[in-house]
Amino acid sequence: MTKLEAVIQPAKLDAVKDALLEIGVEGMTVLEVRGHGRQKGHTEFYRGREYSVDLLPKVKIEIVLSDELVDKAVHAILEQARTGKIGDGKIFLSRVDEAIRIRNDERGVAAL
Amino acid sequence: MRVVMRKLGLGLLLVLTAGHSFAQTATVSQADRLLKLEQQVADAKGSADNAWMLMCAALVLLMTGPGLALFYGGLVRKKNVLSTMMQSFAMMAIVTALWAMVGYSLAFAPGNGFIGGLQHAFLRGVGAQPDPDYAATIPQQTFMIYQLMFAIITPALISGAFAERMKFSAMALFMALWSLMVYAPMAHMVWGKGGILNASLGGRFPTLDFAGGTVVHITSGVSALVCAQYLGRRLGYPKEMMPPHSVVLSFIGACLLWVGWFGFNAGSALSSGSLATSAFVATHFAAAAAAIGWAASEWIRNGKPTVLGSISGAVAGLVAITPASGFVGPMPALLIGLVAGGFCYFMVASVKALFGYDDSLDAFGVHGAGGTIGALLTGVFASKIINPIFHDAQGNALSLGIMDGNFHQLLNQLVGVVIAWVLAIVGTLLILKFVDTVIGLRVPAEHEVQGLDFTQHGEEGYYLEASAL
Repeated sequence: MTKLEAVIQPAKLDAVKDALLEIGVEGMTVLEVRGHGRQKGHTEFYRGREYSVDLLPKVKIEIVLSDELVDKAVHAILEQARTGKIGDGKIFLSRVDEAIRIRNDERGVAAL
Repeated sequence: MRVVMRKLGLGLLLVLTAGHSFAQTATVSQADRLLKLEQQVADAKGSADNAWMLMCAALVLLMTGPGLALFYGGLVRKKNVLSTMMQSFAMMAIVTALWAMVGYSLAFAPGNGFIGGLQHAFLRGVGAQPDPDYAATIPQQTFMIYQLMFAIITPALISGAFAERMKFSAMALFMALWSLMVYAPMAHMVWGKGGILNASLGGRFPTLDFAGGTVVHITSGVSALVCAQYLGRRLGYPKEMMPPHSVVLSFIGACLLWVGWFGFNAGSALSSGSLATSAFVATHFAAAAAAIGWAASEWIRNGKPTVLGSISGAVAGLVAITPASGFVGPMPALLIGLVAGGFCYFMVASVKALFGYDDSLDAFGVHGAGGTIGALLTGVFASKIINPIFHDAQGNALSLGIMDGNFHQLLNQLVGVVIAWVLAIVGTLLILKFVDTVIGLRVPAEHEVQGLDFTQHGEEGYYLEASAL
């Protein structure tokens, strides 16, 4: 099993979510987060005072996948979330040892 | 249409009853009937004025809560939203109680040139009977409650200067003393019987202040600056970012202020006639022009017109037109607003940064600066055509402002402005010193970091723990 964490632009969430469901992803966890990569922040003005906002709102999707779905999922995200501009986000993949369904103690891929 | 019908019906009824009683009792003389008719006309006018003034009193209260509470509440950080709103709300309670006991009397009872006496303490003699010196057609009780709403909002305005760092107990004591020692004397000088600045009752230096440019905005704005200096900056200011936590709340608050201001300015006519209309129109035009003035200044300087700037500009325009509202026509109002919008932006964006004081929510930059420029411009644009308040012994209207040909008036305005500044500075300093000695002004540093909502009131504005979902 592989855990996929993708940080994307909030505006791309719906498209990415639909694409993931399309390829057969069963469930996901979505978090509203703030952060920045190379994009850094932007400046805002309140009553003439300049504020630099360096942590921007992003959406983070977490999914644990059976290994054969990983490539498809990565592909779907790349396709939907890419604008080609700085700030599009990142995808991280890591190994997961075990998954347990709380309702009935199912283990492994069956619990996903 | 319905009103016309009702008037017609009333007229018919009057004619019928008059004819009826004439036929029955020929002894009732023409003079008696006229007298009765005159009384009825006076009663009708009194009712109309009273209805309008009660409405205006409610509108002015709306300016403090929710208007100012939302405006200021949105500008602070999330952890201080409740404590900031509470500072406005507390005035609605504390100043009201004080007003009933002595505040009204100190402001409006006959006294010397600087402060009223205790004749109306505990509202003695303040009932249905009008006080013709102030407003001949409405019960004095209406006048009293209307003026109370001004006394409430004035100290509430100051709270923008010490937001996010003053103890609630110190704030309450400070405001109570300020209301009696700064507001009441200033109101008496400008509006009270025998006040040295009173323009309509023959003061020594007749200062034109229709709705409170000196009494409300200069006193509160200048006191705000003194408070900001005395208390010192918030922890982390100006290095740490402290952007408004919700411009949305501020937006709603500012729009409510705009609406409530019609009660503030147009209501200051103290009657429902054409002077109220004129003040209403001037108020609206100045607010609009000032919103443009501020937003345009920002647009030129920073490349974008902000929402917070636009609403702040509108408030600055409302402040500046306050003393002038019952003395100027729509065109001078537009001009006053435009000037105020640009000037207050400059005060807030440039002068504040230059001197480095932490007037957290710009109470001085908007109310002190806007009030001062408005009071002075009143001396320029006030016109006898709008409001013939000055007249000679024969009752001929005399000119008011510079545009009217009265160059002397600007000097009177200046005297009024200087007295307001001095009273605000000295009074506020003394009260701060006293409160500082008795209970201390600032919350401890760790409480300031934690936020005043929790440390002063034991609450949070937005309770977002999972268990509350």
